[in-house]
Amino acid sequence: MTGFVSLFQAAVVFGTVIMFGSVGETITERSGNLNLGVPGIMYLGAIASLAGSFFYENSVENPSPILCVLIALVAAFLASALGGLIFSFLTITLRANQNVTGLTLTIFGSGVANFFGGSLNTLAGGVGQISVASTSAAFRAGLPLISGGSGVFSQLFLNYGWMTYVAILIAILSQWFLSHTRTGLNLRAVGENPATADAAGANVTAYRYLATCIGAGISGMGGLFYVMDYTKGTWANDGTIENLGWLAVALVIFTTWRPKNAIWGAYLFGILYWAYFYIMGLTRASQEIFKMLPYVVTIIVLIMISLRKKRENQPPEGLGLAYFREDR
Amino acid sequence: MEKKTAAVSLRHITKAFGTKVVANKDVTMDIESGEILALLGENGSGKTTLMNMLSGIYHPDSGQIYVRGEEVHISSPKDAYDLGIGMIHQHFKLVDVFTATENIALGMDKQKAKSNRAIAAAIREICDRYGFDVDPDQKVYNMSVSQKQTLEIVKTLYRGASILILDEPTAVLTPQETDKLFAVLRNMKADGKSIIIITHKLNEVLAISDRVSILRKGEYIDTVLTKDATVQSLTDAMVGGKVSLDIDRPEVKDKQLRLSVNHLTCLNKYGVKALDDVSFDAYGGEILGVAGISGSGQNFLLESIAGLQDTEKGSSIIYYDSETNKPEELVGLGVPEIKEKGIALSFVPEDRLGMGLVGTMGMTDNMMLKSYENGFIFADRKSPRELAYRVKDELEVVTPGISTPVRRLSGGNVQKVLVGREIASDPTVLMAAYAVRGLDINTSYTIYRLLNEQKAKGVAVIYVGEDLDVLLELCDRIAVLCAGRLNGIVDARTATKEEVGVLMTHLREEGNSDG
Repeated sequence: MTGFVSLFQAAVVFGTVIMFGSVGETITERSGNLNLGVPGIMYLGAIASLAGSFFYENSVENPSPILCVLIALVAAFLASALGGLIFSFLTITLRANQNVTGLTLTIFGSGVANFFGGSLNTLAGGVGQISVASTSAAFRAGLPLISGGSGVFSQLFLNYGWMTYVAILIAILSQWFLSHTRTGLNLRAVGENPATADAAGANVTAYRYLATCIGAGISGMGGLFYVMDYTKGTWANDGTIENLGWLAVALVIFTTWRPKNAIWGAYLFGILYWAYFYIMGLTRASQEIFKMLPYVVTIIVLIMISLRKKRENQPPEGLGLAYFREDR
Repeated sequence: MEKKTAAVSLRHITKAFGTKVVANKDVTMDIESGEILALLGENGSGKTTLMNMLSGIYHPDSGQIYVRGEEVHISSPKDAYDLGIGMIHQHFKLVDVFTATENIALGMDKQKAKSNRAIAAAIREICDRYGFDVDPDQKVYNMSVSQKQTLEIVKTLYRGASILILDEPTAVLTPQETDKLFAVLRNMKADGKSIIIITHKLNEVLAISDRVSILRKGEYIDTVLTKDATVQSLTDAMVGGKVSLDIDRPEVKDKQLRLSVNHLTCLNKYGVKALDDVSFDAYGGEILGVAGISGSGQNFLLESIAGLQDTEKGSSIIYYDSETNKPEELVGLGVPEIKEKGIALSFVPEDRLGMGLVGTMGMTDNMMLKSYENGFIFADRKSPRELAYRVKDELEVVTPGISTPVRRLSGGNVQKVLVGREIASDPTVLMAAYAVRGLDINTSYTIYRLLNEQKAKGVAVIYVGEDLDVLLELCDRIAVLCAGRLNGIVDARTATKEEVGVLMTHLREEGNSDG
C-alpha cells in the first residue's frame, strides 16, 4: 500500500508538470498553431521563475512568501509568453514553417535556460549551489484547512503543493472555455478552418497570437512547477525539462485535444513513467524500457483514433498551416 | 445617384494581384433590390474577385462601393455582414466538426449572441419561410453537398443578409437539386432580397436571372435584360467574338473492343463499397462518358483501371492491345507492371497539380516524369524538352518558358500541359476526369477537340464529366454511376438530360441492362 501511495504521489507531481505543458499546448494547437517549442517554453518559464525569485530573495532580509510567489509567477508567465510571441511572429506574421520554428524554439529555450542556470549557480557560489528556499517553500505549501492530514486519502489527494490544484483548475477552465463559450467556439473554428472563421468575422491573426501566447504562458507554468516543487528550488542542467516537454506534447495527442482528459492522462503518464521504480528486480537497462511507456501509450492512442476515424477526435484540420487571406 | 437608389453600386473598381495580374479593371455596375442578377464571365474574368470585394475578403485598390446609396468601406467579412451582404462561396466556409447551429453561431458579436437553442429555433423559422430543409443538430461532415449549400444560405439569411452573392452554386448539384435551389432563390427574390449569382452556365443564367452583367478579362462589358438575351448573344459578349457552340461528334466506323470491365468492386477507406459490381466495355473510336453526382465512384473507377486502386475478389479488367489484340488482365497489376507490359493507358486525373503534375517543376521535368528511366546512368533530358516545346506550340500553352514551374500557369494551361503529355504517349485507352473543370470556354473546346482527335485515331476515350449538356454532345455513350453502381448506359445521341439526371439520383432495381 505504501508503495502505491508513493508511486501515486510521484505520479501526481510528475503529472502536474506535463499537465500545465499539455493544457497550454492544447489551447495553442486548437488555434491551428503546432508549437513544438513546448520544451523550450517550459525551460524559459523555469529559468525566469528561478532568476526572479533568486534576485528577490537575495535583495531582502526576510522574503515575503506572497511576493515570492507573485514574482516567480509573473516572471515565468512573461518569459514563456514571450516564447509564444516569438513563435507567433515568425509563423503568423512572417509565415515561417511551424515545425522548424517550434523545434528551433526548443533548442533556443534550453540553451538560454541552461546558460542562465549556469550563471545563477556561479553567482550563488558554484555548481548546484543555487537555491530559492523561501519561494520553493511558498509554492510547496499545501491548501489551507484541508492539507496536512495523515490518512491514506489525505496522502493520496490532499497533501500536494497548491499549484497541483491550480493545474487541475486551469484544465477544467480551459475545457469549459473551449466547449461552452463563443470565444472558444471561434478559437476552435480558427484552428479547424481559418478561412471559414475569417469569413464569419473572427480575427484569425488575433486569435492565433493570443492563443499561442497564453498557451505558452500556461505551458511555462509547468517549468515553474518543475523548478519550485519537483526539484525544490534548485537548478540541474540535466535535460529533464526537455523530456517532460516532449511528454507534454505527446499528452496533447493522448487527450485528443481535450484539456479535461489531461487531468487523468497526466497522472497516468506519471504512473507509467515511475512504474519502473516500484517494480522489483529491474536493472538500469530494463528501467529505460519502462520509461518509454508513456510514448508507447501515445502511439497506441494515435493508432486507435486513426482506426476509429471519429471526426471529433482528429487533430484540428488547420493544424500546422499558415493562413493568408489573399492567397490564391 | 442616378434614378432610384440601387442596393449596391460599384464605381470604377480596380483590383490587381501583384504587379502583373489585373483581376478587375475599372468596373462600374449596379444591383437593384428584389432582382436576381447573373454575373457572367469566363474563368479568370474576375467575377469572383469582384464579389470578394463586396464580401470583404479582398479590398479594392481603387474605386468606390455604395450600399443603398451610401459610400462604404468593406475591410473585413464582418463589415460586409453588418451591411447585410452575405456571400456563399464555391468552397463552403463551414467547419466540418461543428453542427449546423455551431456554424451559424460562429463569429457573431457578443451582443447579438444567443443561446444555441435560440439559434436552432431561428434556423427552423427561416427554413419554414423559404422552404429549406436543415437539421440544426447535424454535423457538417455528415451532410451532402447540397445540404451544406443550404446551410450556407440559411447562415447568411440568419445574419440578416439582404444582398446574397452565390459563387457557382450549381457546380456541385444535380439537375433536380438545382431546380430546388432556384425555387428557393425565387422565394427570396419575392421577399425583396437582391441576389447575385456567379456562373458560366448559360442555360441557368437564362432560367433564373432578371438581368445579366458580363465581365471579360477583368473588365465590365455590358448588362442586358435576360429576356432579350440568347445563349448565342451571351456567349459572344462573354468571349468577345463569334464562337461556334457545337461540339463535334465525329462518327468512327470500325470500333474495336479495347477495355472490358467485369464485376469491378472496390472498397473505400471506411470499408464501404465505393464501386459495386460495375461491368461495361469501352471501344476504340468512341468516347464513353461517365456521369454521376460527384463521389459516386468515378475516381475509384478510373484509378482501378490505372492500377492505383485495390479491387475486390471477382473483379476483372481486360485490356486489348491496339496492334496484337492480345487480352491482358489489369487487375492485380500496379502502375510499374502496367508500364512494363507496354500497356498504353493514359490517365488525366482530376487533381491536376497533385496526381497529374508536379507544381514546382517546369514543363520539361513534368514531361520527364513518364520517361525518367530512359537513358543510361543519366536521365535523358533531350526528348522531354522537345516534347515540352511541341506541347507548348501545338496546344498554345501560355507560359513564360518551359522551365517555369507549372504551378504558376493558369488552370487551362496546366490542363493543356497534362493532356498534351498523356496524349503524346500514344495511348490505346485514354481516361480523363473532369478535364474541363475550371477552364474557360475556349480552352474547354480545345480539350474537346483533342479528345475527338484521339477518338478518330481509334483510341478508346473514357471521359468523366459533370456538365450533362457537354456529356450529351461530346460522348457516344454515357455510363451513369449512382452510389457506386452502374445505373445504366445510355446512347448520348438519343438520351435526354432528365433521363441521365434520374439515373444519377435514383438507383434502379437489380438487372441493369446496357442501353
